[in-house]
Amino acid sequence: MQRVRLRYTKRGRLRFTSHRDFQRAFERALRRAEVPMAYSAGFTPHPKVSYANAAPTGTGSEAEYLEIALTQQRDPEALRALLDECMPTGLDIIDAVEARGSDFSDRLQASEWELRFEGVSPQEAARAADTFLAAESVEVKRQTKKGIRAFDARAAVRTLVPAGGTGQGAPANRADRPGDAACAILRLVVRHVTPAVRPDDVLSGLRATADLAPPVPTAVTRLAQGPLDEETGTVTDPFAPDRDALSGPTGSGDLPSVATVRGGTA
Amino acid sequence: MPVESVFPQLEALLPHVQKPIQYVGGELNSTVKDWEETDVRWALMYPDAYEVGLPNQGVMILYEVLNEREGVLAERTYSVWPDLEKLMREHGVPQFTVDAHRPVGAFDVFGVSFSTELGYTNLLTALELADIPLESKDRTVDHPIVMAGGHAAFNPEPVADFIDVAVIGDGEQAVLEVSEIIRAWKAEGRPGGRDELLLRLAKTGGVYVPRFYDVEYLPDGRISRVIPNRSGVPWRVSKHTVMDLDEWPYPKQPLVPLAETVHERMSVEIFRGCTRGCRFCQAGMITRPVRERSITGIGDMVDKGLKNTGFEEVGLLSLSSADHSEIGDIAKGLADRYEEDKVGLSLPSTRVDAFNIDLANELTRNGRRSGLTFAPEGGSERIRKVINKMVSEEDLIRTVATAYGNGWRQVKLYFMCGLPTETDEDVLQIGDMAVNVIAKGREVAQSNDIRCTVSIGGFVPKPHTPFQWAPQLSAEETDVRLGKLRDKIRGDKKYGRSIGFRYHDGKPGIVEGLLSRGDRRVGAVIREVYERGGRFDGWREYFSYDLWMRSAAATLPQQGVDVDWYTTRERTYEEVLPWDHLDSGLDKDWLWEDWQDALDETEVPDCRWDPCFDCGVCPQLDLDIQVGPTGKKLLPLTVVK
Repeated sequence: MQRVRLRYTKRGRLRFTSHRDFQRAFERALRRAEVPMAYSAGFTPHPKVSYANAAPTGTGSEAEYLEIALTQQRDPEALRALLDECMPTGLDIIDAVEARGSDFSDRLQASEWELRFEGVSPQEAARAADTFLAAESVEVKRQTKKGIRAFDARAAVRTLVPAGGTGQGAPANRADRPGDAACAILRLVVRHVTPAVRPDDVLSGLRATADLAPPVPTAVTRLAQGPLDEETGTVTDPFAPDRDALSGPTGSGDLPSVATVRGGTA
Repeated sequence: MPVESVFPQLEALLPHVQKPIQYVGGELNSTVKDWEETDVRWALMYPDAYEVGLPNQGVMILYEVLNEREGVLAERTYSVWPDLEKLMREHGVPQFTVDAHRPVGAFDVFGVSFSTELGYTNLLTALELADIPLESKDRTVDHPIVMAGGHAAFNPEPVADFIDVAVIGDGEQAVLEVSEIIRAWKAEGRPGGRDELLLRLAKTGGVYVPRFYDVEYLPDGRISRVIPNRSGVPWRVSKHTVMDLDEWPYPKQPLVPLAETVHERMSVEIFRGCTRGCRFCQAGMITRPVRERSITGIGDMVDKGLKNTGFEEVGLLSLSSADHSEIGDIAKGLADRYEEDKVGLSLPSTRVDAFNIDLANELTRNGRRSGLTFAPEGGSERIRKVINKMVSEEDLIRTVATAYGNGWRQVKLYFMCGLPTETDEDVLQIGDMAVNVIAKGREVAQSNDIRCTVSIGGFVPKPHTPFQWAPQLSAEETDVRLGKLRDKIRGDKKYGRSIGFRYHDGKPGIVEGLLSRGDRRVGAVIREVYERGGRFDGWREYFSYDLWMRSAAATLPQQGVDVDWYTTRERTYEEVLPWDHLDSGLDKDWLWEDWQDALDETEVPDCRWDPCFDCGVCPQLDLDIQVGPTGKKLLPLTVVK
């Protein structure tokens, strides 16, 4: 049995896809692509697919991950191209490796997010970020199944810094948005902790600590997910160990260990 | 004039609504054509939520048929939920299509498919959001032609003020004919404006334009006559019938939504029409004659459709699927082909007497034997003769015995309450039938783990059926009768706990009855309900009986009628019915005879296996039934590895 890990996106209008919606679409794509899937045993066999840490409905992502189990050997890149072809544009399969080790979910230690504030000046956003970071803790509330729950959104945040903005140079996948006037962009690196701190929680925290209240919904995109380099605050490529293992004995060793973010959002 | 996408404005609203994915489009196999390269543009609507509307076969077929035609564009639109409706009104976002998010008001035709009358208020919501005047008389040459289709369009009179045209019957060829007429009229520079276009459509004899007909009433409220009010308009408008289904293998590329919908499967229509002659069944009456798709045509559609969609289940659709002349070979052939692929087959609408165990075994080769569903419709032998559902209790018991003996553990039975001539005793016999089913099941399966679910709804008399003259049972009487049945089932100590009982109260049926057999005067009620906030009447959480009754009380009395007049009143032979000028092919005298046969408890057989009984459809429309067998078999597909 071969296991292949895939990286996929949720771009443009398809960022409104929920995780359940994605699962159905992906499993249909597996059937259309006639991928030789391994099935679970039992009364109603299911294709073996493991999903890691899906982004919330409505947020874009350049870095979602899943793993599939196959009954026959396939070239990961050929498989990636085939599946990408079978998925709707926006839900794009952009990277693949043959799995090594079973610690994949442990590698996803942190996420890097882009927070895009239309109608907010970069100065205002930078000031809000500073206020947020200066706080010892930032209590936010979120509606959960068990009712409203309060927790700290500050401790999990590793980085919250301005990343350009002013309204020009809108990334290609945002072409459907009016690109005018003031626009601020913040880059957020947040550790995966329990309870999870989501970008929404950080936005609530920005509102609570610095009165940052954008006139239109903030566009949130996950740029990367993987091991966190605590010193630099960089989120690195979770596929690196798989690639290293692959190239191990021959020792070319020259593969990049930092995620190359495709799709022009880097 | 270029038409801009409204998506940027819509996108800002989506984070604030439930299930935003339903509004973004981008489904697999959807089509976006260049606006400027086309000259006839259709916005097709199913007037319910996306999750119900997307799988609708009618809309899917017309969408593909139209988009395949050069110069013609079709996009889809669905009802938006009240949370988005509110935001769209606040922010001035118009009703949009999900394909390219173009405003519905910019299209040439706004075609709405009514499977049920309960979508009428949603039509008004969509019109107002689209900035199209609610009433036909207020529209100009720049507004789309508002067209109604679907089964409810066989009596479009309650929405006559709101639509411009109605087309009855099969849509495949009709939409292309209409497209050509619009294309020519536009190419000529739209001579004579909207009126001229409507007249050209009406003159075909197959497009009903309500405003070209005047309705006159008698002092007692009944209709005296319906007459064309200008020359060239036919007295009666004919339904459309597609004869060779193999020539129309649609949908070839079924839409695959990202959002979850009510039917997550690929559907292939294996035949159209039904001549079983169940007297309550409007679908069986208005879709005659029977036209089968060939076994090879079906195999081809399933093969291509599965490749194009990746669905895991294939539904073989029709009004009574086990009646296809080659159903055994179809089921076996498909089960053989897809045995390895974990594709499930389902056969909705199976008759008790057409069920056979070999067929059921083929259908469940890959899956579980959880439940079987049958629809005896009536609890007593007598009432089943009245409705011409020729199934005996012995048939049913024999069938369920076989099923329980072959591993099934659950049987669902569908019934109706309020059928013509029905008494409490007819309904109470449903309980006896369920007990007999359980007793037989326990005996055959040697187990007490046997269930039977009785599901029962109120009967609504429909136009173009032998029961179109029948009185509808009032909501109160329906509820009393159902209560007696419930008490009887619950009171049964030995079997009661093995019998599930599901029922709807009689109130929604009365509103459906008002809309089904209503005339133009009912339009005022619909508008009143809409203006008082009525929406999504097919949904329990939105439907308000009180709102409908209050609105009816505010609008109908000044016209000398009321809700009872439309629902519980029996009609006589002489009465002009609101839909008499819409020709479903059925001979009104035959329908009346069949109504009299019903009252005499006389059954009428099926013309596929017995001689013709002169319902009128074939000679009227110059057609014939089209049934097999072809004698062909489904060959295994070549496996490419």
